Amino acid sequence: MTEKVDTSGIEDQVIDSGELGTPDASPQIGQGRKRKEDAKLVTGQTTWTDNIMFPGMLHFAVLRSPMAHARISRVDVRPALDRPGVHAAFSGADLAAELGSLPCAWPVTTDMVAPAHPPIATDEVRYVGDAVAVVVARDRYAAADALEAIEVDYDPLPAVTDMEEALKDEVLVHADKGTNRCFVWPMESGEVDAAFDGAPVVVQRRFIQQRLIPTAMEPRAVVVAPIAAAEEFTLYSATQIPHVLRVMLALTTGIPEQKIRVVAPDVGGGFGSKLDVYAEEVIAMILAKRLGRPVKWTESRSEGYQTTIHGRDQIQDIAIAADRDGRIRGLKVDIKADMGAYLQLITPGIPLLGAQMFPGIYKMDAYRFTCTGVFTTKTPTDAYRGAGRPEATFAIERIMDELAVELGMDPVELRRRNWIRHEEFPYTTIAGHTYDTGDYEAATDKALALFDYDGLRREQQQRRDRRDPVQLGIGVSTYTEACGWAPSRILGSLSYAGGGWERASIRMLPTGKVEVVTGTTPHGQGHVTCWSQIAADALGVPFEDVEVIHGDTRSSPMGWDTYGSRSVSVGGVAVHKAAERVIEKARTMAAHLLEASEDDIEFDKGTFRVKGSPEATKTIQELALATFAAHDFPTDFEPNINADYVYDPENFSYPHGTHLCAVEVDTETGFPTIRSYVCVDDVGTVINPMIVEGQIHGGIAQGIGQALFEEAIYDAAGNLVTGTMVDYLVPSAADLPSFVTDRTETPATSNPLGVKGAGEAGAIAATPAVVNAVIDAIRHLGVTDVRMPCTPERVWRALQDGSDGGDRAAGGTVAYGGAQTATTAGGAQ
Amino acid sequence: MARVQMTVDGIRYDDEVEPRLLLVHYLRDRLGLVGTPVGCDTSNCGSCTVLLDKRSAKSCTVLAVQADGAQITTIQGLADGEWHPMQQAFKETHALQCGYCTPGMILAAVDLLQENPTPSDEEIRHGLEGNLCRCTGYQNIVTAVRTAAAEMGTQA
Repeated sequence: MTEKVDTSGIEDQVIDSGELGTPDASPQIGQGRKRKEDAKLVTGQTTWTDNIMFPGMLHFAVLRSPMAHARISRVDVRPALDRPGVHAAFSGADLAAELGSLPCAWPVTTDMVAPAHPPIATDEVRYVGDAVAVVVARDRYAAADALEAIEVDYDPLPAVTDMEEALKDEVLVHADKGTNRCFVWPMESGEVDAAFDGAPVVVQRRFIQQRLIPTAMEPRAVVVAPIAAAEEFTLYSATQIPHVLRVMLALTTGIPEQKIRVVAPDVGGGFGSKLDVYAEEVIAMILAKRLGRPVKWTESRSEGYQTTIHGRDQIQDIAIAADRDGRIRGLKVDIKADMGAYLQLITPGIPLLGAQMFPGIYKMDAYRFTCTGVFTTKTPTDAYRGAGRPEATFAIERIMDELAVELGMDPVELRRRNWIRHEEFPYTTIAGHTYDTGDYEAATDKALALFDYDGLRREQQQRRDRRDPVQLGIGVSTYTEACGWAPSRILGSLSYAGGGWERASIRMLPTGKVEVVTGTTPHGQGHVTCWSQIAADALGVPFEDVEVIHGDTRSSPMGWDTYGSRSVSVGGVAVHKAAERVIEKARTMAAHLLEASEDDIEFDKGTFRVKGSPEATKTIQELALATFAAHDFPTDFEPNINADYVYDPENFSYPHGTHLCAVEVDTETGFPTIRSYVCVDDVGTVINPMIVEGQIHGGIAQGIGQALFEEAIYDAAGNLVTGTMVDYLVPSAADLPSFVTDRTETPATSNPLGVKGAGEAGAIAATPAVVNAVIDAIRHLGVTDVRMPCTPERVWRALQDGSDGGDRAAGGTVAYGGAQTATTAGGAQ
Repeated sequence: MARVQMTVDGIRYDDEVEPRLLLVHYLRDRLGLVGTPVGCDTSNCGSCTVLLDKRSAKSCTVLAVQADGAQITTIQGLADGEWHPMQQAFKETHALQCGYCTPGMILAAVDLLQENPTPSDEEIRHGLEGNLCRCTGYQNIVTAVRTAAAEMGTQA
């Protein structure tokens, strides 16, 4: 049956009722608009994944290996079935055919060792926390109770937690692979040997990037609601990557992609830890398919500390060669990166994200980099805020301070002599990245003034002269980072399986309001607010009239999600470009309705005008309604002013900045206290300064966490000793200072908004600034390094014996050679 | 099973619960008050903080039976017609990003001001030591509590 709908007069009705919005000329970009996101968050009206409930929903719990390495000789899940409320229980073998193997999307070399990664182990467990069996029950308590009834026999195998031990291949994590070496990835640029041969100064150091636990405040959770008869599945997950996850779930489980909808509801932080495809997501799909009922799993925090990916964990051997006047000749970097027991989504690529960033902001003649990926019987590693770039920045910024000491030069002066000057941009670094813009001089000068660098240096000298028990140290970190992942062609050249574009779609609603659909997936960053500002400016509509839709593959069908400080410089630019397309389509409608040539139509801040006839106008809202009614539109014109844009960036973006930290060290107790922290960051054009400042604050806090507090420690048997929040020290308000933040704005030239990205800057810059300050405070007492985290105990030990403070683990299980640093002056090495 | 009776966000409930049931699971799973989230299993993070007889308590550390007879306020019951000044201040000063710690942080801060209506920044930092935030670096949370304290002082 068809029925003719009479829409005549709809335009008048709407206009008469006053519902149609009006243009808004006030600029939005650059304004510290309060966040649209906050109303639900401060009132508890949120949809965390664990809040989602469905009628008949079952809960599953996972039995996990208590051993780091063992052969599974027997699993019997039958006793669990007798427990009250239990619907089903499965071993790994029961589900192996359906679960497949968890994906790794980044084969970094053609001969990379990529072991199978079953979501539930079948014959061998390889880290404490590896899944062994699942129980599905009516509620979480019943599921947890029933786990205890499952019987598992293990034949223990030796653990290997130390990368250098692992590289001896005496204990194999994956026996069938014959080696623990996952890959070796080299690069070289310039004449490295020539740069080092005969160099007047060569400084060589070993730095340890300790293992970290990202600790997003929302634990991971997953819910799958199936429509059994149609074999359709909706998966809700506390994930950063609903779009990537959908593809990967289809490939992993064999369930057709079009039958899978993935939703990232409100997500409580990620920091890279939710940039992954996890065993429990695949298990939940298969359980929902098998049982035909909605299922839920939520990790406990201590379960998450064992099974959600860890970050960092590198041994860095770095050498820098320079002339006596401080000019850098060359840099050699050899790193070992701990993969953990298996490869997660981009595990092997993480250390390589730093490969091009070790030279930092400095000019030099030659650079050699080698990375060896190593398997150990520990939780897999993957992206943690900064992912590869904090490691690179730490190493270069630490060794710049060491080189300055060797040369007897102020560390700021040494940097100034080597950094790319502002007039030299665009500049292609020795590692092959082309930095589009930057002004290191401006950011540094501003930071030095805010910090009172000269005054603090004077005080430092006074404290040294009077042998004050509390000594003062100053740490410098002048960083840059590669943001905006990423030009898809570059990703392809790096053998990454995915792309790096981003999509935005703008829907002009009949009432003149606007829906922006984005492929980015915020989990605290404030995209709803910022994308509203970008769209409001481009379309000339009020900020309040824009709604942003994200995180659901049904309503936002395309995207590459949120990580790598990519959201604004790829996704935000896509919003701007889509809005430009809306304007171009609306221009055609305006010309038609105003009976003018398109060439004579001018658009400014929401209003289309005929040149020379200022009274002849149509607003963007009027055109939205006119297009919706479609009573009158040009021949050959598709009556639609909505538009999509898929934006693939031409280059990375390169935020930079200067972070300065003053630390007081009590030489009697070893206790380090941050006295002041100043940073000047240049993230290009700022969409919302309030939000950018918040991102910087949070990043610095995590950077300080790595410098002073956090470390995931394993004992010799492979047990995670820091397995709860009691043992793993996430800094509290009482542990952190206030930060002085400021900025310079050098717009990126690689995108039309001039934006660069701000999510990771603080985490990248802060760690070396703090550690440099700790060491600077006590260097005159014979200390040249302190291992991270620089705990009072380590600082005190370093003061006693001139070491780096040694190991924190009981029994010294992860020694990595300790303070094997050497300074070679005046000769080749 | 044990009988409990409590008033949560102004509504009285009489229920039978397992003695081992945590208060936070009673609130979330039985009453559907999912505005109170769970962030850890060792009582470190404070995400689940509620007001129990007007004092802040980590609801993962309290059994439902221990709250028998109590008056409980969750983040969903804090606003009285309009937002509490602490909720307003958190938004105004950008004291939240992902927002997962926010309900607990707000309720802990409300209790802090009951004890000390004019805290210094140092006192705010120590007063909120039991509530962890991974996003903000705490600086804007300190500002929010200071702002709310000023606002509430003006109102009083």
